[in-house]
Amino acid sequence: MSHRPFHWYRYASPQAFYPLAGRMIPWFWALAAIFGVAGLSVGFLIAPGDAQQGEGYRIIFLHVPASWMSMFLYLVMAFWAGLGLAFRFRLSSMMASALAPTGAMFAFLSLWTGALWGKPMWGAWWVWDARLTSELILLFLYLGFIALQAAIDDPRRADQAGAILALVGVVNIPIIYFSVKWWNTLHQGSSLNLARSSMATTMLYGMLLCALACWMYAIAISLMRARRIMLEREKDTLWVRKELGF
Amino acid sequence: MILAVIARDLRLALRRRADLAAVLFFFVIVVSLFPLGVGPEPERLREIAPGVLWVAALLATLLSLPRLFADDFRDGTLEQLALAPLPLGLTVFAKVLAHWLVCGVPLAVLSPLLGLQFGLSGEALVVLSGALFIGTPALSGIGAIGAALTLGVRGGGVLVSLLILPLYTPVLIFGAGAVDAAVNGIGVEAHLSLLAALTLAGVFFAPWPAAAALRIALE
Repeated sequence: MSHRPFHWYRYASPQAFYPLAGRMIPWFWALAAIFGVAGLSVGFLIAPGDAQQGEGYRIIFLHVPASWMSMFLYLVMAFWAGLGLAFRFRLSSMMASALAPTGAMFAFLSLWTGALWGKPMWGAWWVWDARLTSELILLFLYLGFIALQAAIDDPRRADQAGAILALVGVVNIPIIYFSVKWWNTLHQGSSLNLARSSMATTMLYGMLLCALACWMYAIAISLMRARRIMLEREKDTLWVRKELGF
Repeated sequence: MILAVIARDLRLALRRRADLAAVLFFFVIVVSLFPLGVGPEPERLREIAPGVLWVAALLATLLSLPRLFADDFRDGTLEQLALAPLPLGLTVFAKVLAHWLVCGVPLAVLSPLLGLQFGLSGEALVVLSGALFIGTPALSGIGAIGAALTLGVRGGGVLVSLLILPLYTPVLIFGAGAVDAAVNGIGVEAHLSLLAALTLAGVFFAPWPAAAALRIALE
């Protein structure tokens, strides 16, 4: 073995990760801006108007990526939290706490844009559709996680308790989704069919670009939040003092 | 050992009958408030009865959850139980069963009386009581996780509802769905089967995360 092995675990320590995150954040912001401008210009300028929904459908370029992100971020959050619980990595628990507010924000954004979309299309701000209801419950799960972590003063205990809650939530999400779905179909015939058979390719590209922009934004903002959490939690260590110039 | 834990919890509950009575009275009062709120038309009451009774049962269970571990935590019994040779998960399982016997069963027994006030038919009353009987163990099981997570945390009572109520939605859906089906004369077996599945899964899996949460609280 001539080459030196690369130590991934090196970056599991907040001290090593802090400067790395600091160097990465501007790049992710830049990518978020580029993808965002590209996606929105495809969405608003290039994509054709929808035959049935006119121009109003264009909110889809924010709505769908936000829904995707809200669901995906919960998985990522639970993954980091579980890793922190299993191996006691301080950094992964910090990442989980840093992701939660962004996930909750996307869930809220998805509900809000959904309401704005629903009003002209279905004539109601809110319907008890299976997807809407499960997205609402997802928002509640995020808020529960944040509230639990905020209520416990000891950061280690907060991390572990939050991790258990996040993992329980991940197991429950499919159960909740399917029960809500069956509840909906049992109560009323499914009157809302969102799936349009053929989506114009430009619309799809615009949506994917916007989804990428949301990804980059989520990474950038979570890394920023993680850096703040690192400084706060490790405020008594030497490297933080050096970093802050005391 | 499991039986010993159950017997101990039951004895403690029987010596504090007022706590149990308070939960049941809460259930009765919440249910009785609804006709005052929505009006006395029998048609409408019959329509909302399944949901109202189930939501009230959910809230009553939630109200009794802090007592599941808090007293034992305060006087140090919980630490002794954690040190006992019985795995902590099984201890939690026993406590969940005891909680169900003290809270879920009385709710199920009491519910037909309240259902009668809402003008439910005899068949629907049987389904209501049976569904509560089948479904409340899941409420106790999932609730144990929340009770363990919020042990010794300030504002625990409000927090536990925030954590647990979203996880209760499947039980509510199928429980109220069964009664709804009975009211409308549709088959109730599908709902009851799903409810039983939720209960089995909840009672057998939930004690383990709850035990992990207790260990965190005891550290």
